[in-house]
Amino acid sequence: MSINILMPALSPTMTEGKLSRWLKKEGDEVKSGDVLAEIETDKATMEVEAVEEGFLAKIVVPDGTEGVAVNAVIGVLTEEKGGAVDAAPVAEKPAPAPKAETAPKAAAPEASGGGEIPTPFKEPTSAKTEEHGERIFASPLARRIAKQSGIDLATVKGSGPNGRIVKADLDEAPAHEAPKEEPKAEAPKAAAPATPKAAGPAIAAPHKKIPNSSMRKVIAKRLLESKQTVPHFYLTVNVELDALLELRAKLNATSPKDGPGAFKLSVNDLIIKACGVALRRHPNVNASWTDEAIIQYDDVDISIAVAIPDGLITPIVRKADALGLAAISNTMKDLGARAKAGKLKPDEYQGGGFSISNLGMFGIAEFSAIINPPQAAILAVGAGEKRAVVKNDQLAIATVMSATLSCDHRVVDGALGAQFLATLKGLLEDPLGLML
Amino acid sequence: MADNFDLIVVGGGPGGYVAAIRAAQLKLKVAVVEGKHLGGICLNWGCIPTKALLRSAEIKHLLDHLPDYGFSADNVQVDLKKIVARSRGVANKLAGGIGHLLKKNKVTVYDGYAKLAGGGKLDVTKDGKAVAQLQAPHIILATGARPRQIPGLEVDGTQIISYFEAMVPEVLPKSLLIMGSGAIGIEFASFYNDLGSEVIVVEMLDRILPVEDAEISGLARKSFEKQGIKILTSATVKKAVKGKDSVTVTVEVGGKEQVFTVAQVISAVGIVGNVENLGLEGTKVKVERTHIVVDGFGRTGEPGVYAIGDVAGPPWLAHKASHEGVVCVEAIAGKNPHAFETGNIPGCTYARPQVASVGMTEQKAKEAGYEVKVGRFPFIGNGKAIAMGEPEGLIKTIFDAKTGAMLGAHMIGAEVTELIQGYVIARQLETTEAELMHTVFPHPTISEAMHESVLDAYGQVIHF
Repeated sequence: MSINILMPALSPTMTEGKLSRWLKKEGDEVKSGDVLAEIETDKATMEVEAVEEGFLAKIVVPDGTEGVAVNAVIGVLTEEKGGAVDAAPVAEKPAPAPKAETAPKAAAPEASGGGEIPTPFKEPTSAKTEEHGERIFASPLARRIAKQSGIDLATVKGSGPNGRIVKADLDEAPAHEAPKEEPKAEAPKAAAPATPKAAGPAIAAPHKKIPNSSMRKVIAKRLLESKQTVPHFYLTVNVELDALLELRAKLNATSPKDGPGAFKLSVNDLIIKACGVALRRHPNVNASWTDEAIIQYDDVDISIAVAIPDGLITPIVRKADALGLAAISNTMKDLGARAKAGKLKPDEYQGGGFSISNLGMFGIAEFSAIINPPQAAILAVGAGEKRAVVKNDQLAIATVMSATLSCDHRVVDGALGAQFLATLKGLLEDPLGLML
Repeated sequence: MADNFDLIVVGGGPGGYVAAIRAAQLKLKVAVVEGKHLGGICLNWGCIPTKALLRSAEIKHLLDHLPDYGFSADNVQVDLKKIVARSRGVANKLAGGIGHLLKKNKVTVYDGYAKLAGGGKLDVTKDGKAVAQLQAPHIILATGARPRQIPGLEVDGTQIISYFEAMVPEVLPKSLLIMGSGAIGIEFASFYNDLGSEVIVVEMLDRILPVEDAEISGLARKSFEKQGIKILTSATVKKAVKGKDSVTVTVEVGGKEQVFTVAQVISAVGIVGNVENLGLEGTKVKVERTHIVVDGFGRTGEPGVYAIGDVAGPPWLAHKASHEGVVCVEAIAGKNPHAFETGNIPGCTYARPQVASVGMTEQKAKEAGYEVKVGRFPFIGNGKAIAMGEPEGLIKTIFDAKTGAMLGAHMIGAEVTELIQGYVIARQLETTEAELMHTVFPHPTISEAMHESVLDAYGQVIHF
């Protein structure tokens, strides 16, 4: 008897993912709990663990295959070494071909007159899901017209019930100058599926192509959507850090050398704590816009932008207002390390009511960040640097950091944003308040 | 002192009462002003009572063919009085129900006729006496329409009659000439022919049911002629001379005059909007050819004044009025409805055979520049139709060859008025031929012919 190994769903919304690599070879013995393979989703890499014992008899989906549908058979276990593989479910599907570049994009099974289906039984790739794993509601006619004219439905706003995209919505959508697919329904489709190319003029300069990772696609989609649909405005405040730096040095000096209870606070940890306290005092910043109502979050969960090799990810420090500084620091170290290793669990980066992006370590003086939807604000933190300041009509030197708050004006008005920043500045300049 | 409302609907027909109930659901304080009968023409003198009459005609037709189904009966009597009484009973029952629905939704009903008095005010009068003055920021005119009169052939109520009189005959006319072959004319032609009158239909255009697809019109004509109805197209009634118990009608067909002597003439040559005595004079409400000009949300040129239903123009159908009412009210209440669009409004004619359609005719689609794929499936290929003894019928579907959008669907035959909604949903959801082909239709039903017609458009028909 053989047991099928199925593509797991790593999050409730996941519909497909990439099989990065197998850690077992065909013929290897497998014990329950062994890591069989690594799966990559939009944001994270996860391990597929064996539930059953046996021998990995067959690898159905090879390393590096993208767009593997959840619950697709990726491999087969047998109880005995060299055991027979039940033929039925495996049947060498010409499923997703390896490597993105050549993979035919989920071509919706096209009903057509005439044209007979070519020999192999075509496995219908999950036609209803979009590349981003997010379902787009659109009428069948809208889908077909979008496909014919190279319109990306993800960029179209639907006017139908619950935002469903209908034909009329496409009339205004920019049609990409895409190589038109043969419009005739009867055209014998076989051969190379015409991959609709992205828009823009052809790039003539010598170049190489780096295929978009799932993460790049998600970043592109979400930030484009944010910048296009969220009315941003920006407020910048300068914060003197000398007192905070002094406190940090004192606190770090009290840490045990190693072992349990050891900590090393960073300026960022203190900023997370300060934001947590400030958000608790201004709950209307810890909020999201929806058409029906503004959602105000009960908990203060702060997303922290972390740069990782292929992009960035925003692990969440939950209940940041209630956590002590050492706890925040250690949580952040753990999340950061696992983010860089691609080992975050979806619930560790999904959610959050507010974000912090800190580029101070790169010497950036100040910048403005793009809001991380559906959140209503993000704080962009620059480097703390010695600047000339005027104190008591005298020039003086202080360590100053500029922080810029990007606000969704639908939720956070100018005065509210300013009040929040004033609170934050007060907490950072007189940091004893953070110890409470 | 004016009685204040959020919305006043003038007219309690299928446009007005539906608009009022929808508004009440949206928490508006609503009044309906109706001078005659809640439910309007549809319920009282249109859609509903005629369906009751046509049901009787259908049973008469079955009785005439009892041996086909293995029965015989002697002495079958037609009691016209009872047929009419049943029709009136059905109408009255439903009209009473409307009053109840409005009450349940806390809509205030004023018995009278309303006239715009400026500044959002309405004067309500009945029999020359003032009933009330009402005021609201939004006023919907849903006053409907009435039969069009042709000069020289005016309805007198006895010899030249309109649908009102045609619905309540006291005796069966031996012969009838019907002017107009739209849904109303054809339904009465079918009814009276089934009951045994001699029927002549005169149509000015070159085919009957002129809004339908030409192919369906042709099939309908063939079927009616087979049943004994005389049909004259491209024909005009020149004059009608009334005798004691008959009318002598002169009809010009193809340049030649023909003379018919009939017991009665039914005038079914269209309708005119009820735009008089509404106080539209001096407002920015624009009236064109007896109909109020509105946009996709029922807005007239006058802020705060809206119009829906027959008075706002074709198609003159109850379900169009109701839907317009809903869209208009939702827009008033700040919802975000899609603008009203006439392309997805089905049309039904309940003659024997029935005719139903939605969307563009083949000719219209071609004129609009579409490259079309046309599917046809005759009832003779459908098991259920044959089993029922209804093998005459056709379902025709028209697709945009490029996108697979269903441009139109046209049906003739038994039960098609109950079938058309399937295609209406398909069009509303913007399905393409692919979804329709992959839909499983129950066997055995006439609806399978809907499936096969789509398959035929793409060269995949199975049973023909």
